[in-house]
Order: sequence, then structure tokens, then C-alpha cells
Amino acid sequence: MPIDPSLVKEFENIAGKEQVLTEPADLQCYSYDAAVLNPVMPALVVAPADKEQLCKTVKLAYDNGLPITVRGSGTNLSGSTIPQGDGMVILTNRLNKILEINEEDLYAVVEPGVITAQFAAAVTAKGLFYPPDPGSQSVSTLGGNVAHNAGGLRGLKYGVTKDYIMGMEVVDYRGELIKTGSRTVKYVTGYNMAALMAASEGTLGVFADIIIKLVPPPKASKAMLAEFDDVNKASEAVAGIISGHIVPCTLEFLDQNCIRYVEADTKAGLPVDAAAILLIEVDGGHPLLVEEDADKVMEVCRKCGSTNIRVARNAEEKLKIWEARRNALPALARARPTTVLEDATVPRSQIPAMVAAVNAVAKKYSLEVGTFGHAGDGNLHPTFLCDRRNKEEFARVEAAVDEIFDVALKLKGTLSGEHGIGKAKAKWMEKETNRATMEFNKNLRRALDPKLLFNAGNKFV
Amino acid sequence: MSENTPTSQPVSSALQALTDKLLKLDDLLISCMRCGFCLAVCPVYGATMKEADATRGKIALLEFLSRHMINDPEAVNDKLTRCLLCGSCQAVCPSGVKIMDIFLHARSIVRDYLGLSATEKLIFRSFLARPKLFNALLGLSAKFQGLFLKEADPALGTHKAPMLSSFIGERHFPRLAGRSFHSKVASLDEAAGSSGLRVAFFPGCVSDKLFPDVAEATLKVFRKHGVGVFMPDGLACCGIPALAGGDMAAYHTMVGENLALIGGAVVDWLVTPCGTCAATIKEFWPKLADGYTEKNKGVIRDLHAKTIDITAFLSDVLKVELPAASGGKTRVTYHDSCHLRKSLGVFAQPRSILKSLPGHEYVEMAEAERCCGSGGSFTLKHYDLSKQIGKRKRDNIVAVNPDIVAAACPACMMQIMDMHSQHGDRVKVRHVVELYAEAL
Repeated sequence: MPIDPSLVKEFENIAGKEQVLTEPADLQCYSYDAAVLNPVMPALVVAPADKEQLCKTVKLAYDNGLPITVRGSGTNLSGSTIPQGDGMVILTNRLNKILEINEEDLYAVVEPGVITAQFAAAVTAKGLFYPPDPGSQSVSTLGGNVAHNAGGLRGLKYGVTKDYIMGMEVVDYRGELIKTGSRTVKYVTGYNMAALMAASEGTLGVFADIIIKLVPPPKASKAMLAEFDDVNKASEAVAGIISGHIVPCTLEFLDQNCIRYVEADTKAGLPVDAAAILLIEVDGGHPLLVEEDADKVMEVCRKCGSTNIRVARNAEEKLKIWEARRNALPALARARPTTVLEDATVPRSQIPAMVAAVNAVAKKYSLEVGTFGHAGDGNLHPTFLCDRRNKEEFARVEAAVDEIFDVALKLKGTLSGEHGIGKAKAKWMEKETNRATMEFNKNLRRALDPKLLFNAGNKFV
Repeated sequence: MSENTPTSQPVSSALQALTDKLLKLDDLLISCMRCGFCLAVCPVYGATMKEADATRGKIALLEFLSRHMINDPEAVNDKLTRCLLCGSCQAVCPSGVKIMDIFLHARSIVRDYLGLSATEKLIFRSFLARPKLFNALLGLSAKFQGLFLKEADPALGTHKAPMLSSFIGERHFPRLAGRSFHSKVASLDEAAGSSGLRVAFFPGCVSDKLFPDVAEATLKVFRKHGVGVFMPDGLACCGIPALAGGDMAAYHTMVGENLALIGGAVVDWLVTPCGTCAATIKEFWPKLADGYTEKNKGVIRDLHAKTIDITAFLSDVLKVELPAASGGKTRVTYHDSCHLRKSLGVFAQPRSILKSLPGHEYVEMAEAERCCGSGGSFTLKHYDLSKQIGKRKRDNIVAVNPDIVAAACPACMMQIMDMHSQHGDRVKVRHVVELYAEAL
């Protein structure tokens, strides 16, 4: 539905003619994100350049009843940036300035459109560390990371995006700037709205800037790869490492299917007969402590029946060890046209049950699947391979995914560890929670968004 | 929620023919999983931040066009031309989407529907496909260019042409060489030299007409290392401008002329100082040889194995060694041509040559692998965008304060020269082989 030209003119007065898109060929390019869902073309796209333009844009849209979808780089896997057909998209990618990196007080202030990896590099250049490293970090925005509470490989030891949000400025439905949080370690003066914004998926307001916690970088690290002939043994090793009071910075898992896909694609010499491999990295403040931890990890792996352990002796070998993990998604993505990447998450002790269930479900529906993921977090990525043009096959994938959610919930897990709910999993929310929780959340949402214009159709619907 | 559905407007038979052809690309298009990793490296997206300028947007538009979810080939074509064909996206694509194949075929399919502009027809069909005419005309232009050229920067040797600004913009460029390379050296047919090697030499249009010193330096290097040279008279353009412009007929004419001239020769290598020519001959010729005779297919397969750029030839084949450089005063940095680095994986070789130059100190610039914004005809169609992308390259160069910026692709040299001239920088732009030849 085309938007009233006089309203378009008003948006142009705010952001400039160049930054307001109304042509179908432009609009079509904001009809999708990385979720395997049908595209929906918005009626309008506006790209504000600063806080003032952002506030005015939100106010004008809200006053005129336009559904609003905020989009950074559109890399999410839940469909949360697929807009409404009669709605608008507000782009944050011109709000891309790092406003401050404070080396004394260990924080940074950024606009929401800053690219995650570029921010992490800028922080590293100052001798500090921003740990969250979602798979899409080369292109994802920090605003998007907050909106989805993005995770990554370092969650077990360093936490995820929410653990690094100290405060924010958020544009509310009136177009006003709301402040929450502070630049201090301690803060108790208001509701912790910043925490509420993590994983809000654009449903509560529009981020204007974010205060981000930084930490000192580790001084040493050591990576190793352990092979297992049984998923249960790998899982016991994960439990053993953690109960031995070692918290690796990364503790990644590849199952046999996934190993085979990677090997077929890269010919890197991976152990295709192993039932699972664990990729483990320990880091810390002193090389000797790190050595000690690495030795303990190896001992646990051996005790749990690891059939082979390789330790990286230098940076080059470390790169080599991580190659299998780096290539997991590309190898799976190259095997078939469509890649349905899930992230059902279970308590880490339930990983063997979850992996077994994924493979049983894939077999039941005659589907190809490979599973990798963050073993320390119980956050697995069963990845179904198919061709979305084949309706019959795709229906089987959807049925299989539904069953996997059932299993994850039965194992006391959750629908999504880090990808988000968006449109893809909204129908499952009540199953994970209950009717009262849904109503509570909808009431909360109505309080902050009376007309329900902020990313309607997502999260709680 | 209304999902995108095929539009209900009636579709003309010509449009139906277009979408039928696009559907043949469907198996390639479908493999894009919309992850958006291409946005991180796309130089055009980096300048405009518009999704339609990034690869993911273009691939989505082609898919939507093929499914009648958008019925505006002209608008889609406008987006398709806003691409440098630099291949940065393909190099990082996790799904391995054959992006270059998609774009080249799509450009040709959409061009078939829309037709070529008069200027494109003139350039692709009359000039580039007919080297003798092209050479004669440029020879004439070289003599009379003083009439419309104004000196822009004497130190860089660049000029501007206000009278032609509607066609070439406010660009600063080198004068057409008073004498092109081929007018000095028409053809060569030597036996293998002391190295035991005989190579086919493909200078490329830009070296021949604008940077004859590059072609001459290459020849000097062949002489010095005892390499016999075969260079037939009348070599045509490698074909990339026509291919990028979607004019397949002109492209095949150019390739055909070259095959007729090079086909029968027995050589060990085909060497060119142009990264773009090297990538076109090595990668694109084999991909687009379906309708060729068995003989020509054989020649193309042979050339696929034997085509090499001059820096890789020096480093990997001749294994040249200069004595290690000893703390030189001239600072030199290097810009990676996209075709060399992303298509052919050549990036260590030119650096190792530069690092060994006596009297020079090598400094690496930030984002050396990022496209300079030239992209052949892209810079003619979208000069402002090209300039914006080039500015980022120029800023990265100036930041390391070099005396010389080296490249191994004359098209990149033109673009970088323009950027420095526009900004009044005292940075010389040289080809790696020129610097190497001087050190001999």
C-alpha cells in the first residue's frame, strides 16, 4: 500500500530526500532477512543520520500509525526484521559512530548502527576487549546484537551481549529520548530498562545509543581439539571440565554429520569416524595458569574416553584447529541450496539426548542434518539442509523443526539460545511459558507501545 | 500481514522471455541464504549503505524479477550496473554463491531485453571489437588531444577535459600516450630465450594506450631474464568491458579475434601486466566457451592453465631474487587489484618484489585489498560513486605517507591517479613491473 505523498515529503524533510526510499526496487531489498521466511515489502524506508532525525522519524511514524521495523544489517535468523506490508523500515546503518571508548572507566558509547567486528577491533586497538562474537559479527550491528541479545562462541566464560550493556538511550513511542543505566559499575536509581531492551527485538522502542562495558583482554590462550567415539563421552567431558572448576572461553561441539560435511567440503583431514569433536580454548591472565588449565582439560578428556587430542603449539596450529569450526556453517550451507539453522538450547547435560533426538527426527522425516554448536552453553545449531523450492521437502523440514522444539522444551530447554523469536518462533512462545506470561508480556508491551506499532507480529503476538 | 506475491499486472511476451531466461539462473540464485556477509566487504554498499547496492540486494531483486514479484527490468538493471564486479563478495560468501557468474549472465539477459545504449554499441562493437580501427582512431586522438585537454597535475602527469565532462565527468587522467606501445612494437615472434621459456605477451588496452611504459617495462624484464616473446599484431581487447556491459555478441567477437591470433602459437605462458586481463582470460573465457569450436575450446583450456600476471610470473616462474633491500628512503605501498587478489589469489608476489627493491622501504596500507572503485566501465557510468569509493582508497594510501603507490593493474592505476590528482597529493602511481625493471 503506497504511503501518502505528503507524509513521504515530511520524512524527506527530516532525513533528506536521498535517505527516504519509496521505489519498489529499493523497497524489495528490505523485504527479507537471513531467516528462511517469505519476504514482505515495506511501504517506506527511512535512514536517519543522527539522534534528532531518529526521534523525529519515530514520532512522525507513530503519530501517523505506521508500523515500524528497525533494521541494522538484517542478518538475524528469526525474521524479526521482515517488515509489515503497510509499514516502514527505519535503518540504523547511518547511525554508525563510536562516540567514546573510555580506557580508564572501561566502557564505550556507541550508536546502534556500529558494526560489531569494527567495534571489537577499535576496542582491541585501545588494548581492551569486547567479548561477544556472534557468527555474523563482520556485518551485524551492535543495536541488532542488543535487540537479539546475540551470543557467540565466548558465552560460557564471558557471557553474551546483555552482560555488556551498562546503559542506553531509547526513543519511545512519543519520539522522546529515554535514559536508562549509567557509566558506573553500580547503578540502582531506576528500573533496569537497558536489561529489558536486550532481546526485545524492536518491540519496545528504538535504540539511540548504547553504553557498553569493556574488559581487559586475556594475556594467554591455548586451543585443543578432542575426538570422541561416543557423544555421551564428549558430554561427560564437558561436564567434567566445568565441575573441575575450569571455565574455557570456548567449548564447541561438532557431531559426526557435521564433521563429514566439513571434511567433504574442505578435505582438511578431519576424523570422519569420530562421533563428535570438542574444540576447547582456555585463556587467562598468565601463561602458566593457562598451561595448567589446558593440562587439566586434556586429563578430563582422556579420562572420559577421548580417542585423540591435539593441542595447538602456536598461532598457526591454533588457526588450523579452529578451521573445522569456522567451516561448519559454510560446509553445511554449500551442501544444499537452503540452510535452516536452528538454535534450540538445553541444559548442557542434556546435549547427548538432544543430539540423539535431532538425528532421530531427521531420520523420521528423511532429512539431511548436521549439528554443531556451543557445548558449554547447551546451545546447539541443528542445521537442516534442503531446497526451499521443493514444497514437500520444506514441509518436512518445518515438521522436523517443530518436533525438535518439543524435545528441547521437554528437556527443560528453550526455543532459542541466541537467534531470537521474531516471526519464526512466535507461535511457540506460549508453549515454553504459559498463558499468564503471554498476557503479562503483552500488557508490558502495550504500556510502552500503546498502538502496537513497534515490530508487531514478532515475539509476543 | 501481506507477503510478497507475484504481481497481477499482465506480463508482456518480451518480459516473459526475460524472466524465462532469468529462471535458468535459479539454481545459482537459490543458494544465497541472505546472511548478508557480502555487505561487510562490498565497496558500493560501503559508500551508500543502501541494500540494493549490495550483492544480497541484487540477488534478491533478480530472484524477485524472475518470479514476477517485481516487473521493472529497468530498475533492476540500474541496480545491477551499480557493481564493480570486484568479486569481494564472492570471496567471503559462506554459501559459495557463484556471484560473478550470476551477475555477468544477468547483465547480458537484462541487456538483451533493454538493448544497448548508442555509446555502448559504439564502444563495444565498433572500437573494442575492431582493434585496428580503435588503434587508428586513438592514434589520431593522441595527436589532437592537446586541443581539448588541460593539464591537471603536472607532477602526476594527469589532465582533465572540461569539454568532455558530460561523458567522462570531472576525471583527471593520463594523456593518451603520444606513441602507443603497439606503434613502437607492432609484433614479436621470438624463439625461447636463455631461460628456456617462450611466452605470449598480452599487454592489454590500458597499458598499450595509456601506460606504454608498463608494457615496455614488461618487455625489458623479458629481455633481461631471457624470455622469448610472441606478440601478434592486432590483439583485441580481452572482452571484459563488453561482458560487464552485457554485450555478449561483442564479447565473443573480441575473444574470437584473440583466439585466432594466439591459438596456433606454442608458448609456455601467457603473461600480462594487467590483473583484469589475466582474470578475464584465465577465469571468464573458459566459463563462456560453450558455443565455441572444439579447437577454440582446447585453446581456452590451454590458456586457462598458462595465463599469469607479470608479478606472479616474476615470483613464481622466474623466481627472481633481488638482493635484500637495505633501508631505502623511498616509501612504497601496494594496492591489491581485486582481480589479482580475489580472482587469482595473487597478493604475496607483488609485495615480495616491492620489499626487495633497493632504495625502497615497503609500507602496508590499511584495507589494501579493498577495491579502488574503478571497475572498468563502472567509473564511466557512476563517476560520483566511483570517486566516493576511490576517496577511501586514497585516504588509506595517504595515511601511510608513501612516495609511491604501486599496483599491478593499469585500470586501478588510472583510478588512483585520478584520486591523487583531484586531491593534489604528491604520490606517484607506478606499476610493480616498472619499479622492478628500474631496479634491474
